[in-house]
Amino acid sequence: MSPDTPLLQLEGISKQFGPVQALDRVDFAVSAGEVVGLVGDNGAGKSTLVKTIAGINSPDAGTIRFEGKEVSIGKPQDAVDLGIATVYQDLALCDNLDVVANLFLGRELVAPGVGTVSRQLDEVAMEHQTGELLSNLAVTIPSLRSEVGTLSGGQRQQVAVARSLLGEPKVVMLDEPTAALGVPQTKQVLELIRRLRERGLGVVVISHNLADVFQVADRIFVLRLGHASGDFRSTEVTEEHVVAAITGLGDGNNKQAAAPKEGTA
Amino acid sequence: MSATPAPAGPPAEGAEEKIALDVKQQIRRVVQGDLASVRVVFGLALIWIIFQVQEPRFLSDQNLTNLMLQITAIGLISVGIVYVLLLGEIDLSVGAVSGLCAAIMTVLNVKHGWSPYLAIAAGIAAGAFIGCVQGFLFSRFEVPSFVVTLAGLLAWQGALLQVLGQTGTININDPKIVGLANTFYSDTVGWIMAAVVIVAYGLIAGLGFRRRVTAGLADNNPVPVIVRFVVVAVVTIVAVYVFNGSRGVPLAVLIFVAFVVGMEFVVKRTGFGRHVFAVGGNDEAARRAGIRVNGVRVAVFTIAGAMAAIGGIMAASRLLAVNQGSGGNELLLLAIAGPVIAGTSLFGGRGSVWTALLGAMVIGSISNGMDLLSLSSAIKYMVTGGVLLLAVLVDAIAKQQRQTRGRA
Repeated sequence: MSPDTPLLQLEGISKQFGPVQALDRVDFAVSAGEVVGLVGDNGAGKSTLVKTIAGINSPDAGTIRFEGKEVSIGKPQDAVDLGIATVYQDLALCDNLDVVANLFLGRELVAPGVGTVSRQLDEVAMEHQTGELLSNLAVTIPSLRSEVGTLSGGQRQQVAVARSLLGEPKVVMLDEPTAALGVPQTKQVLELIRRLRERGLGVVVISHNLADVFQVADRIFVLRLGHASGDFRSTEVTEEHVVAAITGLGDGNNKQAAAPKEGTA
Repeated sequence: MSATPAPAGPPAEGAEEKIALDVKQQIRRVVQGDLASVRVVFGLALIWIIFQVQEPRFLSDQNLTNLMLQITAIGLISVGIVYVLLLGEIDLSVGAVSGLCAAIMTVLNVKHGWSPYLAIAAGIAAGAFIGCVQGFLFSRFEVPSFVVTLAGLLAWQGALLQVLGQTGTININDPKIVGLANTFYSDTVGWIMAAVVIVAYGLIAGLGFRRRVTAGLADNNPVPVIVRFVVVAVVTIVAVYVFNGSRGVPLAVLIFVAFVVGMEFVVKRTGFGRHVFAVGGNDEAARRAGIRVNGVRVAVFTIAGAMAAIGGIMAASRLLAVNQGSGGNELLLLAIAGPVIAGTSLFGGRGSVWTALLGAMVIGSISNGMDLLSLSSAIKYMVTGGVLLLAVLVDAIAKQQRQTRGRA
């Protein structure tokens, strides 16, 4: 593959729920080291697109390529196996467990040489890896052993993102990572997203908050009523243009025809 | 929100500050109920002091040994209940199951001449099977565990009468089965066991601590480990001393403590135990993390059934008989009340198997002390009820505080 080949590339993805055309021939791509903001109004198809990539929905039509090879993602595990991690808005953390336990939930490390009967957890190794991962990401948590329920919203979001990284994914999709966060916490999470990009990951950020998207995204991909209605470099577009593409209203519509760039179409 | 960075490197200057912070945190945890076990130890001490002031025989070696023997059956049942409570569920059938399984064991041994070992194994297997079925019905059809096990409570009581048949009461005279609750070890054996326990604990704690330090996991401070070791050593020595002052270390108490330690190990140190906590905390998160949630639920109810059977067998051994009242009366409610009093949350995801022991000691002490004072059952029930209510309120308040803190 040439270095220009996107990490993840969707072509002509369509999905219908009964009479509703949730996605209509959408082309979408993420490259390594790129943050793509996925924006759109409610019901525009953002979630459907993400669920398609995550293997929760399978598309009715279209192809998905991962690292240039055509793949089929039939179930969530397929996506995980390919290296696509998804952090959903509700985070799915266990409040009663500590940070380490949450990070390794469902894939706990077992101490070597203890025997198969007792299968003792290797807390030392897990805590060590957690500490390394979080300090690499510069995530600040009072203690790795504090219960996740006692953390702030921003810290919980960071823990959820860190957890998605344990499987060494190549693409991370974040669903509304800054929703319901205060200003300093939003800043922390956006910082974290930048560090994911520095690590060479492809990052997809779904957000309603255009200000956040503009701060962090390299590219902004707009969905409207199931269609791709804009694909902008965030440095070359104004917020008004994006809003126009989201709503389908206003003078932005005219310029939009010229603005799309680097489109995969 | 503290700004302490994630502990990655060895702490140098920040170490002292961190310890100070820890002390404050520990105190807060005790007060807010996260370290409920510590709180209940204080409660237990208070109860003991009150009874000792009223009745000097209360803290005698004889009475304390007696107390421990009185609580083993109920405590063993509570061990299984702790697992169920950790899931945030309830098992109302454990009392009836304990009676039924003890009856199965007795009938097989007395009427059918089975060897005691086989009969005991059959009783435990019956309990595990019942728990497994109830767990399956609950998880597969999403019937509330409350209802499934309530049906079980009624059905297994009927089964108990059926198994006992016309006789109503069957006496046990097999020396092996009777020996479960009536074997006492000599002083020397008791001290040897104490030494083994202390040395083994010291080795495990020391090696674990060294591993953490070698791995550079921040807490280079050995004081908590040493404190815990001293506590374990003192408790062990005092316990053996008290038992030796009476008839010696009882086998029944050894079995009970061994189950507590073993099941605590499983729930705190193994992947399965971690999954139990996860399902109790947030079953949706557990499911998405790839944990087989229903598998965990069935396993937990199986454990509860097996532990109920073991408790029932212990009770039968102590009573030297099974009868139509086996596993009845307040046994079920006290077996559930114990762990809750000692800090296992009714809401799931928080607790420890030690609460089975501590809770049984609290309830057993109240009951035993009031018997010594010749108070009526009426007062005994009311006091036990009051203690339970208090404990549940503390649990609920702790939960509310956690939630407000969580949103902060």
